[in-house]
Amino acid sequence: MENEKLLPQVIIIGGGLTGLRAALEAAKSGVKAFVFSKVHPLRSHSVAAQGGVNVALGNNAEGREDSWELHTRDTIKGGDFLNDQDATALMCKEGIERIIEIEHWGCPFSRTEEGRIAQRPFGGGTFPRTAYAADRTGHALLNTLYEQCIRLKSEGLITFHDEWHVVSVIASDAICYGVIAYNLKTREVRAVISNAVIIATGGAGRIYRNSTNALINTGMGMSLGYLAGAPLKDMEFIQFHPTTLYGSNILISEGSRGEGGFLINKYGKRYLAEYPDSAKAMEMAPRDIIARNTVREIQKGNGFDNSYVLLDLRHLGGEKIEERLPGIRELSIKFAGIDPIENPIPVQPGQHYTMGGIDVNINTETNIKGLYAAGEAACVSVHGANRLGGNSLLETIVFGAIAGRNASEYAKGDYHLNESIVKEHEEKETERLSKILSSNGEKTQWDIWNALQATVMEKVGIFREKNKLKEALENIRGLINTYKDIGLTDKGRSMNMELYWAVELHGSLLISEALVMGALSREESRGSHFREDFPQRDDENFLKHTIVSYNNGSPALGYKDVDTSIMKPEERKY
Amino acid sequence: MNRYIFKILRFNPEKDKKARFAEYQVPLREGSTVLDGLFYIHKQVDPSLSFRFSCRGSVCGSCAMNINDSHRLACETQVKNLGSSIKIMPLRHLPVIKDLVVDMERFWQSYESIKPYLVSNSVNDKENIVSPAERKRLDGLIECILCGLCFGSCPVTALNENYLGPHALLKHTRFTEDLRDEYKGRLKTGVKKEGVWGCRNVFNCQEVCPKNLSPARAIIKTKLKVTRKKF
Repeated sequence: MENEKLLPQVIIIGGGLTGLRAALEAAKSGVKAFVFSKVHPLRSHSVAAQGGVNVALGNNAEGREDSWELHTRDTIKGGDFLNDQDATALMCKEGIERIIEIEHWGCPFSRTEEGRIAQRPFGGGTFPRTAYAADRTGHALLNTLYEQCIRLKSEGLITFHDEWHVVSVIASDAICYGVIAYNLKTREVRAVISNAVIIATGGAGRIYRNSTNALINTGMGMSLGYLAGAPLKDMEFIQFHPTTLYGSNILISEGSRGEGGFLINKYGKRYLAEYPDSAKAMEMAPRDIIARNTVREIQKGNGFDNSYVLLDLRHLGGEKIEERLPGIRELSIKFAGIDPIENPIPVQPGQHYTMGGIDVNINTETNIKGLYAAGEAACVSVHGANRLGGNSLLETIVFGAIAGRNASEYAKGDYHLNESIVKEHEEKETERLSKILSSNGEKTQWDIWNALQATVMEKVGIFREKNKLKEALENIRGLINTYKDIGLTDKGRSMNMELYWAVELHGSLLISEALVMGALSREESRGSHFREDFPQRDDENFLKHTIVSYNNGSPALGYKDVDTSIMKPEERKY
Repeated sequence: MNRYIFKILRFNPEKDKKARFAEYQVPLREGSTVLDGLFYIHKQVDPSLSFRFSCRGSVCGSCAMNINDSHRLACETQVKNLGSSIKIMPLRHLPVIKDLVVDMERFWQSYESIKPYLVSNSVNDKENIVSPAERKRLDGLIECILCGLCFGSCPVTALNENYLGPHALLKHTRFTEDLRDEYKGRLKTGVKKEGVWGCRNVFNCQEVCPKNLSPARAIIKTKLKVTRKKF
């Protein structure tokens, strides 16, 4: 790869929806795309997305009046006004084109009677605008993009490097030169040179104990940018999904409420009516509000086993469940032994989405020349303090395309290579990996993983408070220290999972620290970030993005303005 | 906690000439899956055990393997249904890289050989019109997670290394049934000796599919379609 300098090229880290959409865009502009993924691209977490993708097509009989402008306003209100409004509008507008295009590429969307892409209601939306492929929308989109990538692969424009673990972005003086990666199958370490690199590695759910995310979503990809000098933004905003399967925290789609499902307590009562911020919209209120009210309901003793409530779909009838929610039915049967046609599903809130991420502008550029980030790994910000269900898939394809386009244009420009910097990085990373591999400290990494996940879950969860956050920060800093004393026993070259997890853990620890720093300093409640000691939103002091930069081995906190060019912040009620 | 014995076929190319079974005592709580058991071993007993994983929720297709002599996804297989002794081997008919990790190269190559992408010259700024009935033709064809369980259970893939395999032929039918597809040579990519004509109607693929799909039926559908054309 080092010698393939004939065509301009882009390195894409991550093979989910964002990464693949970026690869297609790069290839279309004649730039060769190298997709690096630690798993096969079809194993990416995008595949698990269920309910759908928001786009103002106006196909639903009840949504003919819909527009991208209304979609923008709903998204900004849903985000509790922390969204950058210009970027949000761009997403909602360009999304229409992206969805039509992906339909033309073969995405098997469900259909209306007229043969148009079907749309269902989702929380926080004025109209039913969530396009879907049954309740397997992520699977349908990811397969479609991968299929189109295979077409361009056969033309030599995209190459896949599956089961390669990218461990570092090469950057110096705010210029990007490529990445360092190793082959999980052989442990061969390589410097891969390219002027343009896109980070598309998804979210950080697995720093929490109870998460819907795939086990590979450690947030380590975010740390690649962070360690290279690109700050993290708004990391304290973590979405808890109200309905995850009790026991395994496997996602139960918001589509199940969009199709008419009820949330009920142990008295069989739809408890959301009891809370002022969800009394009107009920099950169609946004996720942050329903998650909080569900925890409150359980804390009142109205749940089951002090742990869960029920999601009742029975009144929808077997036929509708089979047609619209077959995946939910399958997962409930397989993982909870419950058929939702006959019995309600036990659900509890669980970590679901990372609103924050690598700080990028509307063009997906970081502060490092040539380094781009998009999708859940990035924070543009289009979701603000709380993402609306159905907007994450939209973000992946809109900003994946933008990143692919801009990175390609940049890659076509003057080629710059600094061999000494690349060599220095390669040696440093090779040494770091060898050091981790040969480490024989007394601590096992699993103790650190467990402590991290418990700390973040218990102290940086749905309800937050100063003292708990301080403890969390202290704990995490202690764990960062302890990490230096881990020991590994597997010294093998091939598919060394112990090494893989230890490399991931380092990234997870650093981004968790940034998350808690943001949560501690944000003394207000906004969207998903709820401070019991500061229960009100405070626009005067906190209508701004949190920025955490990593300089000389320590994190520093800062802030950045929010774009409010479209609408003024108002009270958020549903 | 219940106790299980996991007997795992292990192979490390750096050390072993031959694969061998290793036994592990695994305590697991009610509701645990085979994947939970593998993680227990990896974290508590022997970190050198290698296996693939990602979603842990039956959608990504990473953890296909042979469990008690049948092919299953480790993440969705509840241990309580398996008895106290659980035998685990890698997915069949593919070379082993290490332990339960197999080299899927052949699997993906045959997938790519059927040109698994929709070709359409549509330049509308609107979506194609597809009636619900037309869309329904794809049900049972689009849900595939490409886990490889069908491939590992198919006797033809074992005997004929050129056979495309049930996964590729299901995908082939997914495109022949999609009225939006305009690729001229579509049928030919799957209708050949090592394609649909290689299938011997054993139906193992249908039996093991974690998504309840039937590549065998899809293959038959294609066979009937082309024979009808001939006569």
